[in-house]
Amino acid sequence: MSNIITVDDLCLWYGETQALKNINVDIPQNSITALIGPSGCGKSTFLKTLNRMNDLIPTVKITGEVKYGGKNIYDRDVNVNMLRKDIGMVFQKPNPFPMSIYDNVAYGPRTHGITNRVKLDEIVEQSLRDAAIWDELKDRLKKNALGLSGGQQQRLCIARALAVKPKVILMDEPTSALDPISTSRIEELTLQLKENYTIIMVTHNMQQAVRISDYTAFFLLGELVESGATDKIFSQPSDKRTEDYITGRFG
Amino acid sequence: MLLCTALTAGLTMFLIGYVMIKGIPNITWELVSTKPSYLADRIGILPDILNTLYIVIATLIAVLPLGVGAAIYLNEYAENKKLVSVIEYASETLSGIPSIIYGLVGMLLFSNNFGTSILAGAMTLVIMNLPTILRTTQESLKTVPQSYREGAFGLGAGKWRVIRTVVLPGCIDGVITGCILTVGRIVGESAALLFTAGFAHTLNGFFSSLRRPGATLTVALYLYAKEDAGLGVAFAIAALLMALTFLINMSAVFVGKYFEKRKNQ
Repeated sequence: MSNIITVDDLCLWYGETQALKNINVDIPQNSITALIGPSGCGKSTFLKTLNRMNDLIPTVKITGEVKYGGKNIYDRDVNVNMLRKDIGMVFQKPNPFPMSIYDNVAYGPRTHGITNRVKLDEIVEQSLRDAAIWDELKDRLKKNALGLSGGQQQRLCIARALAVKPKVILMDEPTSALDPISTSRIEELTLQLKENYTIIMVTHNMQQAVRISDYTAFFLLGELVESGATDKIFSQPSDKRTEDYITGRFG
Repeated sequence: MLLCTALTAGLTMFLIGYVMIKGIPNITWELVSTKPSYLADRIGILPDILNTLYIVIATLIAVLPLGVGAAIYLNEYAENKKLVSVIEYASETLSGIPSIIYGLVGMLLFSNNFGTSILAGAMTLVIMNLPTILRTTQESLKTVPQSYREGAFGLGAGKWRVIRTVVLPGCIDGVITGCILTVGRIVGESAALLFTAGFAHTLNGFFSSLRRPGATLTVALYLYAKEDAGLGVAFAIAALLMALTFLINMSAVFVGKYFEKRKNQ
């Protein structure tokens, strides 16, 4: 399987504090990669370097390379908006815009220049179907998205991300704010989505990592301690720290 | 405590009641629909009503884009946080300066260049009300959750699109509240206008008024109160102004409630 993202020697500083130390990792295409580790280990920070969401924080400094499709995304000539269109993001807390359900999903396509009503209708329906929420919402597309339940909001956010036809979807603890039923729905959904997308997911939940991911990367204090096939990481970790963490000795 | 409350309420009620009782009997259709004429020996405040309206419109046309634009820049673009806090502090100070000082500066800056006119008055009021619009807009920009911005950036939206489609609609209530407060302040302003907009009671259209002097309601109130015959007129204007202030405050409350309701839907 080919790698869609290759990270080379990535370091990141928030002002004077180094948050990521020499990260090297490959992300295989059409797979789910779980990023695990205790709070503050840098896994969310790492996730955000992959579509340059850290650009929004003024004090951040980055060295090293993140190659997407063979090109370093931190090169000067990279169009960040196009990069984020390709590498979409779903956040920890569901964050639908205070607009109608339809407008939420159509926001991305409209941003990228699609104005044709028929085309937009198609994209909205397809995205909501792909996010397994079409049947629940099809009769209330004009209603405000903030009126949905947390789980529905998060699936709407996934649909919104799908609507711009990304290649990679970054998920930052997408189920941590949700109840168990909504969580299992989203897990099922991610398993379906990996057919067509590459998913990189931060999770605090070890069982979740085992249940859905193909690959796992374990972060600790800004370092990538170990990465590889999930089965191997959880059955025979090669690093003592990984073993301690997954067996619940700390974290 | 009870006494203080009673006294406060009593004084307010007395003031409102007194102005209304003295003023309302003097409000006639002729008063509000004509201009003053020595030939016909009548006093009319239509020009003053119109001047007030003109000055409100002229001020808002200039102060809104300025204030909202500056607030957007300070909140969304500016990276030098130190400079931002200096500007915020300056604008806060600006809003505490007595209005007569604005009048004095406005007279030197604007009246001396454009003549004593509605335009000079409006420009003075623009400076005076800029901090209000700036601050209310900034405050409401800050209430737009960062997660909305992140969500939009995450979909590949550029900065201006994020501001236009996600940030501005989220803070429109603050802008409107600022607007209403500003209108209230303009309607109630007299000191800054004495120097700059002048005392004329002539009837003008909007554009021709900009170049000519004109008294607003508050200035007219002052003028008529100084004339012996005009005390009744002064009270009539006072009653009108009070009713107007009441309406403006009500609409601020109403707009606030409306947006709160819409947000919670």
